[in-house]
Amino acid sequence: MKKTFNWPAVYLALVFVILYAPIFYLMVYSFNSGGTMYGFESFTWDYYIEVFQDTRLLIIVLNTVIIALLSSLISTVIGVFGALAITYVKRQRNKNTLLSLNNVLIVSPDVIIGASLLILFTFIGIRLGFTSVLLAHIAFSVPIVVIMVLPKLQEMSPTLIDAARDLGASRLDVLTKVILPSITPGIFAGFFMALTYSLDDFAVTFFVTGNGFTTLSVEIYSLARQGISLQINALSTLIFLVTLVLVIGYYFISKKSGAGLGMGVPK
Amino acid sequence: METRSRNLFLIPYAFWIALFVIAPVMLVLFFSFRGLDGGFTLSNWTHFFTSTYFQLTLSSFWYAFLITLFALLISYPTALILTKTKHKQLWLLLIIVPSWINILLKVYAFLGIFGTYGPVNALLETMGIGTQQILFTDFSFVFVSVYIFIPFMILPIFNALDKLNPTLVDASRDLGASSWETFRQVIFPLTASGVKAGCQLVFIPSLSLFMITRLIAGNQVITLGTAIEQHFLVTQDWGMGSTIAVFLIAVMAVIMFLTGDRKRGLANEKNV
Repeated sequence: MKKTFNWPAVYLALVFVILYAPIFYLMVYSFNSGGTMYGFESFTWDYYIEVFQDTRLLIIVLNTVIIALLSSLISTVIGVFGALAITYVKRQRNKNTLLSLNNVLIVSPDVIIGASLLILFTFIGIRLGFTSVLLAHIAFSVPIVVIMVLPKLQEMSPTLIDAARDLGASRLDVLTKVILPSITPGIFAGFFMALTYSLDDFAVTFFVTGNGFTTLSVEIYSLARQGISLQINALSTLIFLVTLVLVIGYYFISKKSGAGLGMGVPK
Repeated sequence: METRSRNLFLIPYAFWIALFVIAPVMLVLFFSFRGLDGGFTLSNWTHFFTSTYFQLTLSSFWYAFLITLFALLISYPTALILTKTKHKQLWLLLIIVPSWINILLKVYAFLGIFGTYGPVNALLETMGIGTQQILFTDFSFVFVSVYIFIPFMILPIFNALDKLNPTLVDASRDLGASSWETFRQVIFPLTASGVKAGCQLVFIPSLSLFMITRLIAGNQVITLGTAIEQHFLVTQDWGMGSTIAVFLIAVMAVIMFLTGDRKRGLANEKNV
């Protein structure tokens, strides 16, 4: 190994600078009293105060959080059922079919999910707004939960269930006292993943939302289309902090459960 | 007993599959054969393959190709260097963190950076090149897309490199191969799966993400995703929109078939 000028380190540093520079740029200018994203004048908290005083924005944040929590709760339930169903299907071919169908929404680009769900909701007459957004988020969160729970079920030793049955446990007991406790880490990971996907989603929501109901991403998009407003910068700094907390939280959950850390896949 | 309990688990899940997986795909397919008047027609498809739409498709593919290529050129060396660092998992985590931040916000940041009075133009000014129009060009679209997709390219390549048995590299060097030969004959072929996965992760979203083009490229670049969004939400021509969507699904299926590994996303990225 020859040690000359350490160009790999320089290259790596450059990549890191490029990756983080825009994010910090965004955050730094959220404190610019000049009101523009160039020429930093002086430090101010104005835009943060604006964000916290904007009731419309706070309602949107609330909407986003409610949608995220509700959709990930419901999809965790459906997803756990789905993972159990897939595990219990005996014929390999049926199992593979279910798995492929499960992965369709993970693989599909957001535009296609959004467009097809827009057709679906209009077709069956669901009003576009809270309900349609909630249903759409449940739709794309279920397969994520299934993917996170399935490995835990497969790791489980079947003798554990046999033992419980031999010892006289009813099927319900087996489910609630043996199976569910041993896949709890997977369920939490799935819930958390669904939560981050829901919070992060823009494109699907953009398609299926109607007048009067927006989530944070959609609001940011419509603000950003109008040009630069440092309120978005302040908002992104806050979102960045929340994301960081979520990522750290997820990191510890997944460390405990042994599952790896994934990342938000753009679709 | 066995079968009954199994069916119970299957009920809500099967309902989900039927309603949110099968029905939407069927409806999109159905709408692609539906004219503006509601009757059956092939005109969407003939229109798609004959007019400007075909040109649009080609240019969308070209941009996706460029984005994937640049992302790969930047990411492979990065992943290679990362695997050789001491705390590689920590460094990798730092690469991933930006990918957790909402894409919209990262794109928005470039509105400032590439703006007329932004730092890039300030730099160009001091270099004597003068202020350029960077925003709303295809350059800015490709640059921002590459920026956004780099982490998604690095991760699968890193995982592939990390699994590579280092003794193979040593053996190749011992047998007299140069660094470049070792890379070309040993390292790259053995990590091709990671490269494929990364290209898949970048190419398909490059075809379909519409907010980057809308925010950064103005009307300079129209991708398949932008066209779908346009037809569904602006011109309300769902038939044409569905046709493009079906085409995009078909393209996606072909790409996945070609790159072999059908598990994209989560399944691939679990080893961090």
